[in-house]
Amino acid sequence: MSAAGFFVIGATHHTAPLHVRERLALGADAEAALHAELARGQELSEFAVLNTCNRVEFYGVAADPGAPARVEAAFCARQQFDPAEFGKFRLHLRGQEAVQHLLEVAAGLDSQMIGETEILGQVKEAYAAAQTRRSAGPVLNRIFQKAFQAAKQVRTHSAISAGQVSVANVAVELALNIFGGLAETRILLLGAGEIGEKAARAFRSRGAAALTVSSRRPERAMELATQFGGSALPFEQREARLAEFDVVVGSTAAPGAVISRAAAGAAMRKRPARPLFFIDLALPRDIEAEVAGIENVFLYNLDDLAKIAEANRVAREGEIGRCRTLLAERAHALWRHVEPRLAQAGGAKEFRQLGYVPR
Amino acid sequence: MIADITDRQWLWCAAAFYFAGFLLGTRAFFRGNRPSGMLTYAAIVIGYLFQFIGLGIRGHADGGCPLGNTFEMFQFTAWSAISLYFLVGVTFRSSLLGYFTASLAAVLTAVSLALPAWDSARPTHIFGNNHWIEFHAALALFSYGAFALLALTSALFLLRFYSLKSKRVDGWFSFLPSILDLDHIGVRLLIAGVALLGASLAVGSVYWLRDTASVSAAKLITAGIWIAYAAVLGARLRGRLLARRFAWTCLILFAAALVSLGPVNSSRHPMPAVRISRDPSP
Repeated sequence: MSAAGFFVIGATHHTAPLHVRERLALGADAEAALHAELARGQELSEFAVLNTCNRVEFYGVAADPGAPARVEAAFCARQQFDPAEFGKFRLHLRGQEAVQHLLEVAAGLDSQMIGETEILGQVKEAYAAAQTRRSAGPVLNRIFQKAFQAAKQVRTHSAISAGQVSVANVAVELALNIFGGLAETRILLLGAGEIGEKAARAFRSRGAAALTVSSRRPERAMELATQFGGSALPFEQREARLAEFDVVVGSTAAPGAVISRAAAGAAMRKRPARPLFFIDLALPRDIEAEVAGIENVFLYNLDDLAKIAEANRVAREGEIGRCRTLLAERAHALWRHVEPRLAQAGGAKEFRQLGYVPR
Repeated sequence: MIADITDRQWLWCAAAFYFAGFLLGTRAFFRGNRPSGMLTYAAIVIGYLFQFIGLGIRGHADGGCPLGNTFEMFQFTAWSAISLYFLVGVTFRSSLLGYFTASLAAVLTAVSLALPAWDSARPTHIFGNNHWIEFHAALALFSYGAFALLALTSALFLLRFYSLKSKRVDGWFSFLPSILDLDHIGVRLLIAGVALLGASLAVGSVYWLRDTASVSAAKLITAGIWIAYAAVLGARLRGRLLARRFAWTCLILFAAALVSLGPVNSSRHPMPAVRISRDPSP
């Protein structure tokens, strides 16, 4: 079964720029319709569709070497995309290479943000959808399940997912390093612009319950507070009520500092046992640099956070080689097991005779 | 076969498992990984059981709690620290605390085993038939286990504080527990240690008040240690001693407590000591 066998065809952020991926992205209805169309055909014995913002990939099992081309044609027709143009952005791998690719995708090695963990959930969803639509069989079952195991192994035994690589997530991670959890941590957002919103979203996604927004534009503060289920604080009260908060995120467009050292010192005298964490994402800075000298107070500005994010990104990239080697070994072992089964089955018809074709 | 294993051989095995926990953690660090909580925990549990057997055999032979010499005191302190780790460390799910506890236990047990002089004289029935004094001594040493763990937690706190202040949060620092978690663990251990040592002194005082002549100056050191720890606890709870100063104080006090073990041990009244021939191997 050296012809098509197991293959992957599609386009990813490595092969296609954003404006092309926008045109290739499958909506839920289009994905379901394409799935049904492929299922009606006889040449694919198994298939699964991985459809995320950074990739559209079709994983298939077929005896016919022309099967990948027909999948491509069906996809291009549905997306009204010129097949000749698609050829420029196409990713097409077969056999062990395709297995290795899936393992790397699941482990986050192929992601735009290397080591991110969301992709594993998306691969699991793609596999679950294939199972629900009864288009997954013995080959895909084995390959996908082994991909999940490999992803877990790589994350456990390497630093591929260590550290955060976005400024907002680095800030949240630092808050966790100080407070342990965010459920009882009180957060004050100074500024209600885009940066403040990103920070609020990052904190909320990690379990922060008590968000307060303070802005020179009260209506915008109220709007953001409502959006994240928090409360608003009059901007002129920010320093007087500083002691009530554990984390203060500065992201205003004020021309000078909006939190002084004296205010931070006064706040700490009211709550000496509990640390106070300042995250200054504003330019010019919102928090006086001297605040960092106060005991039990931690201050990180935009540069500090960017440096940590960059160091984490470099560290993750440094792990890629080791992870690839590890996954290559697993892909090789898996392929050694899968290939004879493909060869024995011979093709879609034989698969069905073996009772494997689920649709 | 197992019955032929001597108490020191059991204690060597325990030290080996504590050392294995230390090595596993160190290996993980050098590979840039978090120490495996399960593996370290398993090594500590096995070491703890072996140590329990070894100390049990000695206790049976000594006719009481094995606290007759410096060797036994170090062993008992390590065992107490591990006991408290099972209560505290597991609650906070800190693999790094497990690693450091295994390291501390490995050092305390290995040093005591490596210095035969500490175990050359091994008096038995040191408490006579007074179980209250035996209870007093065991409680006191158990409190030292709590203070040992508190010193470890304080060291971790200082490392975490340094990492956050100096903005170095990658590598090993990323495995450290949070500032607040370490602070909470520290306060709980301090409360436990002060309560245990206080109870120990209360039990001992019942005996000493009847026989004030037996109270030596060296023994008052233990009371001094308790007063110092109690003062630290009071200052911490009132918010007077916090963060780094609290951590440094706990570290210095534990060093003082360890140093005081020697004079306290040597101040014991001469008892009808019976030397038990010690198996030199291994």
